[in-house]
Amino acid sequence: MGSFVKGLKKVKWKNYINYVAIGIVTIVFGVLSIGSGLPSSTLYLLEKIAISIILAASLSLVVGFLGELSLGHAGFMCVGAYLGGKIAAMLAKTALGGVGNGILVLVIALIVGGACAGACGFIVGLPALRLKGDYLAIVTLAFGEIVKVIFQNSSAETFGGPIGLTTPRLDKKYLFIIGFILILVTLAVLQNFIRSKHGRAITAIRDNEIAAKAMGINVTKYKLIGFVIAAIFAGFAGVIFSYSQNNISSATFDYNYSIEILVMVVLGGMGNINGSIISATLITFLNVQLQNVLKGDLAVLKDLLYALILIVIVIYNNAPKLKNFRDKYSIGNLLQKIIKKKHDPSNVRDDAARWDVVPTKISMDEVLSTDIVVDDTGDNSADVGERRGAK
Amino acid sequence: MDFLITLVNGLSLGGIYAMIALGYTMVYGIAKMLNFAHGDIIMVGGYTILLFIPINPVLAIVAAIVFCVIVGITVERFAYKPLRGASPLAVLITAIGVSTLLQSLAQVIFGSAPKIQQINLGVLQVGELKIEISTIITLICSVAVMVALHLFVKYTRVGRAMVAVSEDKGAAQLMGINVNLIILITFAIGSALAALAGLFYFLKVQTMTTTFGALPGIKAFTAAVIGGIGSIPGAMVGGLLLGVVESICLSIPAISAYTDAIEFGILIIILLVKPTGLLGKKRREKV
Repeated sequence: MGSFVKGLKKVKWKNYINYVAIGIVTIVFGVLSIGSGLPSSTLYLLEKIAISIILAASLSLVVGFLGELSLGHAGFMCVGAYLGGKIAAMLAKTALGGVGNGILVLVIALIVGGACAGACGFIVGLPALRLKGDYLAIVTLAFGEIVKVIFQNSSAETFGGPIGLTTPRLDKKYLFIIGFILILVTLAVLQNFIRSKHGRAITAIRDNEIAAKAMGINVTKYKLIGFVIAAIFAGFAGVIFSYSQNNISSATFDYNYSIEILVMVVLGGMGNINGSIISATLITFLNVQLQNVLKGDLAVLKDLLYALILIVIVIYNNAPKLKNFRDKYSIGNLLQKIIKKKHDPSNVRDDAARWDVVPTKISMDEVLSTDIVVDDTGDNSADVGERRGAK
Repeated sequence: MDFLITLVNGLSLGGIYAMIALGYTMVYGIAKMLNFAHGDIIMVGGYTILLFIPINPVLAIVAAIVFCVIVGITVERFAYKPLRGASPLAVLITAIGVSTLLQSLAQVIFGSAPKIQQINLGVLQVGELKIEISTIITLICSVAVMVALHLFVKYTRVGRAMVAVSEDKGAAQLMGINVNLIILITFAIGSALAALAGLFYFLKVQTMTTTFGALPGIKAFTAAVIGGIGSIPGAMVGGLLLGVVESICLSIPAISAYTDAIEFGILIIILLVKPTGLLGKKRREKV
C-alpha cells in the first residue's frame, strides 16, 4: 500500500492534466446527454469539436514535430469518411445491423476507415523518401485533390458520386462521447509516441535532418511512421464526421479544409499538442457560433478575421526583428517573473517530462560565439563566459 | 483537325498557366518562398478588368496591371518582409493567410454572387479550322511575354541582379545589390504577369468569382513545380505541358472528368522520377 502511494506521488500529474480535463468534459456532457438530454445544437458542436481536435492533434505530429508541411490532411479524412461510412452502411444491411450493434458497427468502420487512411498515408509518405519541404507540401496538396476527384466521379452504387454518400446513423446522444473517447486515444498514442525514442528521432529530423542522419537515425522510416500515424487519426476523424452528417460529399474535403486544420495547428503553437487542442476547440466553437450569427454575405467576415489573426500571430511569433520584444514580453517570461522562479536546466531531471516544449534549433552563431568577459574587480583575469546564451 | 484545335487551345491555356507559373517561380527563386497568394492577385486583376472594361478595354488592362502591382508590393512589404530570415513554414502560412484575406476582402466588396461579362472577340476561320481570336491573342501575348522576360533577365542590369540574388543573397548584397529592392521588383513583375494572366483567363471563362484565381493558381503552381520551381524556362515548359495535357484530357469524354486527378498524378510521377522537377537544378546540401 505504501509503495502504491509512493508511486502515485511519483507520477507527474502535470503531464496528465489534458487527459483529466478531457475526461471530465466527457463525463459531464455524457451524463447530461444520457440523463437529461442535450439540445441537438450542443451535440452537433461537441461532435465538431471532437473531430477538429483529432484532426489538429494528428496534423500537429506531421507539421509541428516532423517539420513537414502537409496540405492534404482533409484528403486522409475524406478516405476515412468514405470508406468507413461505406462499410458501416453495408454492415447495417446485414445481420450485424440489428438493434444494439450500432457501436460494434462504428468500431468496425473506425478500423476500416483508419486502416485505409493509414495506407494512403503510407503512399503519400513514400515520396517523402525523395522530396523535401515545399515539394512534399505540393505532393500532399495534389493527393488531397486527387482523392476528391476520384470520389466525386465514383458511380452512384459505390460511393454516390456527385450526390454524395448516404451515411449510417448512430444515436446522437452517444456519438460525441465516442468522439471524445477517440480524443483520449489520440492523445495517449501521440503523447507517448512523441516522448518515446521514436518521437525524439522525429524532432531530431525536424531540427536538422543531416545531423539526424549522421546520428544513425533512419530518416525515411521515421518520416513514414509520422505520416502514417497522422493519416490513421485523420481517418478516424473522417469516420466520426461521416456519422455526424446525413450525407457526405467530397467537395467538403477540399484544400480549404486542410488549411483550416493547419491554421488550428499553427495558432495552437507548433510542436505543442495541448495548444492544438485548445485552438481547435476555440476555432470550432467560434466557427459554429458565428455560422449561426453571420448569414449570407456577412459570413465572409469570419474568414477575414481569421486571415488577419493568422497573419498577425505568425508575424509576431516569427519575425526576426521582434525577437527582443518577444523575449521581454512573452507570457512565459512574465509568469516566471511573477513566480520568481528561475529556470534551471540542472533541475529538470526527466527532460522527457517537457515533451511539449522540445527545444528548437540553436542557431550556429550562438553555438560558436564565446564571449570573453573582463572581470572589473581589478585582477585583470579574462574569463571565458558560457559557451551558449551568455549574451 | 480536331486534334490541331485541341493543341492550339491547350497551348493557349498553357500560356496562361506559364505566365502565372513565372510569378511563382521567380518569387521562389529570389525570396525562397511559395507565394500562395499569387492566385489571388489574378483574382484582383480580374475584378479590376471587370470594373474598367465598360469604360475602355485598354484602360482596363493598364489599371489591372497597376493595381495588381500595388497589391503585390503592399503584400510583400507588410506580410512577407518582416518574416525575412524566419522559417520557410512561417512565411508559407502567412502567404496562405494573405490568400484568404484577399479572397474575403473581395467577397466583402463585390459579394459572393458570380459576375458574368460576355466578351466576344469573334472566330478566326482558316479553311476548316475555327479558332477563337481570344485564344490566338492569348497564345501570341504569352509567348511574347515569355521572350521579353527571358531577355530582361538575361541582358538588363536589374535582371542580372535578380539572377545574382537568387544564387546567393549574401554575396549579391556584398556586390552592392539592394536585395530588398530586387525582391520588391520581382514581386512587382510577378504581379504584373498575374494581371495579364487574369485578363486572358477572364476572356476564357467570362465569369468572375472570388475564387477566380484559385484553380489556375493551383494549376500554375503545379506547372512551376513540374518544370522545376525556381527555373524560369522550367515554368514555361511546365505551363505549356500542363495546358496541353489538360486540353487533351478534356477532349476525350472517357477521362475528361478525371482531368484534375490526371494532372496532379503527372506532377507526383515527375517528382518521383526527378525530385526537383524537369529543369530544376540539383543542389548539393552543405552542412
